[in-house]
Amino acid sequence: MSSGITKTASGGPASTARLRGVAWYQHPRWSRLTAMVAIAVVLTMVTGEQGTDRDIFFALREDFTGPLPWIWLGLCLLVWTVREFWSEPIRKVRRASVAKSDPPVAWVRGQWRGDRRIRQLVLAALVAVAAFAPMGLERYWHQVLVDQIAIYVLLAIGLNVVIGWAGMLDLGFVAFFAIGAYSAAFWTGALPVDPPFELNNFLVIPVAVLTCLIAGLILGAPTLRLRGDYLAIVTLGFHEIVYITAKNVEDFTGGARGVSGVEHFSIDMGFSYEWKLDPLPYYWLLLGFIVLLVFLFMRLEHSRVGRAWTAIREDQVAAAATGVNTVRFKLMAFAIGASTSGIAGVAYASKVGYFNPENFPLLASVLVLAYVIFGGMGSIPGVLFGAAFLVWLPEVLRDYVDPRDRYMYLGALLVIMMIYRPQGVWPSKRRQRELKMATEGTVDGDATAAPAGGKVS
Amino acid sequence: MSTTKLAKEPEGTEPTAAPALLELRDLRVFYGAIEALKGVNLSVREGEVVALLGANGAGKSTTLRTASGMLSPRSGEVLLRGERIDGIKPHNLVRFGIGHVPEGRRVFARMTVRENLEMGAYRFKSPDQDEMDRIFGLFPRLAERSSQLGGTLSGGEQQMLAIGRALMGKPELLLLDEPSMGLAPLVVQQIFEILREINQQGTTVLLVEQNAAQALQLADRGYVLETGTVAMHEEASALLADPRVRAAYLGEIAE
Ligand SMILES: Nc1ncnc2c1ncn2[C@@H]1O[C@H](COP(=O)(O)OP(=O)(O)O)[C@@H](O)[C@H]1O
Ligand SMILES: [Mg+2]
Repeated sequence: MSSGITKTASGGPASTARLRGVAWYQHPRWSRLTAMVAIAVVLTMVTGEQGTDRDIFFALREDFTGPLPWIWLGLCLLVWTVREFWSEPIRKVRRASVAKSDPPVAWVRGQWRGDRRIRQLVLAALVAVAAFAPMGLERYWHQVLVDQIAIYVLLAIGLNVVIGWAGMLDLGFVAFFAIGAYSAAFWTGALPVDPPFELNNFLVIPVAVLTCLIAGLILGAPTLRLRGDYLAIVTLGFHEIVYITAKNVEDFTGGARGVSGVEHFSIDMGFSYEWKLDPLPYYWLLLGFIVLLVFLFMRLEHSRVGRAWTAIREDQVAAAATGVNTVRFKLMAFAIGASTSGIAGVAYASKVGYFNPENFPLLASVLVLAYVIFGGMGSIPGVLFGAAFLVWLPEVLRDYVDPRDRYMYLGALLVIMMIYRPQGVWPSKRRQRELKMATEGTVDGDATAAPAGGKVS
Repeated sequence: MSTTKLAKEPEGTEPTAAPALLELRDLRVFYGAIEALKGVNLSVREGEVVALLGANGAGKSTTLRTASGMLSPRSGEVLLRGERIDGIKPHNLVRFGIGHVPEGRRVFARMTVRENLEMGAYRFKSPDQDEMDRIFGLFPRLAERSSQLGGTLSGGEQQMLAIGRALMGKPELLLLDEPSMGLAPLVVQQIFEILREINQQGTTVLLVEQNAAQALQLADRGYVLETGTVAMHEEASALLADPRVRAAYLGEIAE
């Protein structure tokens, strides 16, 4: 009996010590190490032997018995070591060079901060590179650039308005893309029903934008009082309605067989010029829209509209009490997002000429959402990068891995990213702040805050 | 009993000539089937501080929400300077000079103090810097924390910020819902001092409070709500002396 008492007596303080203590693996340094090891494993699988259907363990056996994992592990550990142990000296050197106002560094920084024209010039140069660099690429990459990258970047900057700025979780976003594509098919006479008059593809763009805008309002109006999960479900339903309609109303949409023979863009003014199969004109058209919309949206972000969206995202009651028309701005976000994907839809339909409802699966909505979150919700450069990178990645992986496995690696990347850098690659200042506060327990966050085991930092 | 029940009095019978800035007439408000306000009559004259007291669930917040347009009454009228304003949406009512500091403060947690104040001036093209300086003058603690995030402020500071944000909209009538809730006595005192100052600078105040002692010291007149009806309506000093009020709200045993 007495031994039991001593056990509890000594067990008390011992267990509090255990609870108070921070296990070594909870230190952020080690959790970052785990991340690097995970990346090394993924890279080994990407670059190593690919699996076969006959022997499911073949790839794992081959990959992890050779030198490959050690090479990747070594590289990743090197990165980690530099980050953990040499970052301070590096930072010191950099700080010293700035403090000494080392002429070139300080000068460049000063110019960048001080002079608007320099910033504009650099941006113009970037756009020029984006416009002309692809001319040196192979035809395959031209296709990828247009059919995939440019289209998804456009979709992502549209969705960013809805979710990143107005804070509304929209899982049916690709429905608007579909509506844009079917509008293009309808007005160029590719659907089973004839339009009242046929339009040139360029003229279809404003018509499709208007159609999507109205569709956005139709989706937005009944969902105004919903938030978060509930809104997500409603938008999911909206996507399903559009998708099934496209599939089943054969007399109007062509049903599951799809639409073929959507005309290419053409210019017919005295001279006539049709964009045939060369993807580059489409790329430039889309790039033009992306640049234009990025410019407009950046202005919007810092305008009264952007402030209203931020306020609504934070607290709708308080926003209304300060004079924000919450209904109008929520609808506006929906409509802007929808019209952006309408543009993408027209360009896509005209470019590929043939499409069917399977081109607009729910997965596409989810992927666009993933691009936005990966890049950094609410941050335009982040979203541009996120979409471009994540669409590009499976395409390059095609050369290294079994094409059927490509999305698995994308999935692994997203998992690693969300665990170790939930704010995204290039987060907006505001989102970064939100996440930090959520971790500290000051306010609710969208992404979850501290892990259940407690966070040390 | 010296309570004057305010029963459907026409405007003219009020002793003072000043027209009521805000008047609630026979207001009935429902939440679904629940009748939260069962015919409330209340008036606030220009320049006054009016306190609205009552137990939890009496309908104080409902009254304020109806006055600021967040709720629409099923019957009855809300009048601002004699014009009906019930049914006008809250974001439009802000333009008529009604500022609402909602229950639980509701500062924008992830905006800085300055951004919160700028948001308060949303109805103007750009925030008035002089007004901002005036508010920072009223609340020096906010000035010190102008770039701190709203959500990281203490309760008292958040209340100050909520009041400051409402003031940025330059309201004629400030509706305050329990500004003392959950705050230390000293902080409550500070906030009431500032409310007095705000009132002296020309803003009319309708104040919902549980803290009857503080509220009645500040107020000119007071109303007591009980389960959706006005039970008492008197000069603040008379209410403060009323044994029933003292028993119910000041923790004294009624003789
Ligand atoms: N959103 C709501 N839905 C249903 N009933 C409500 C709602 N808000 C308040 N009530 C009810 O209305 C009555 C008055 O509430 P309220 O005005 O908040 O009281 P007070 O502010 O005086 O404490 C209470 O009985 C409360 O339960
Ligand atoms: Mg209340």
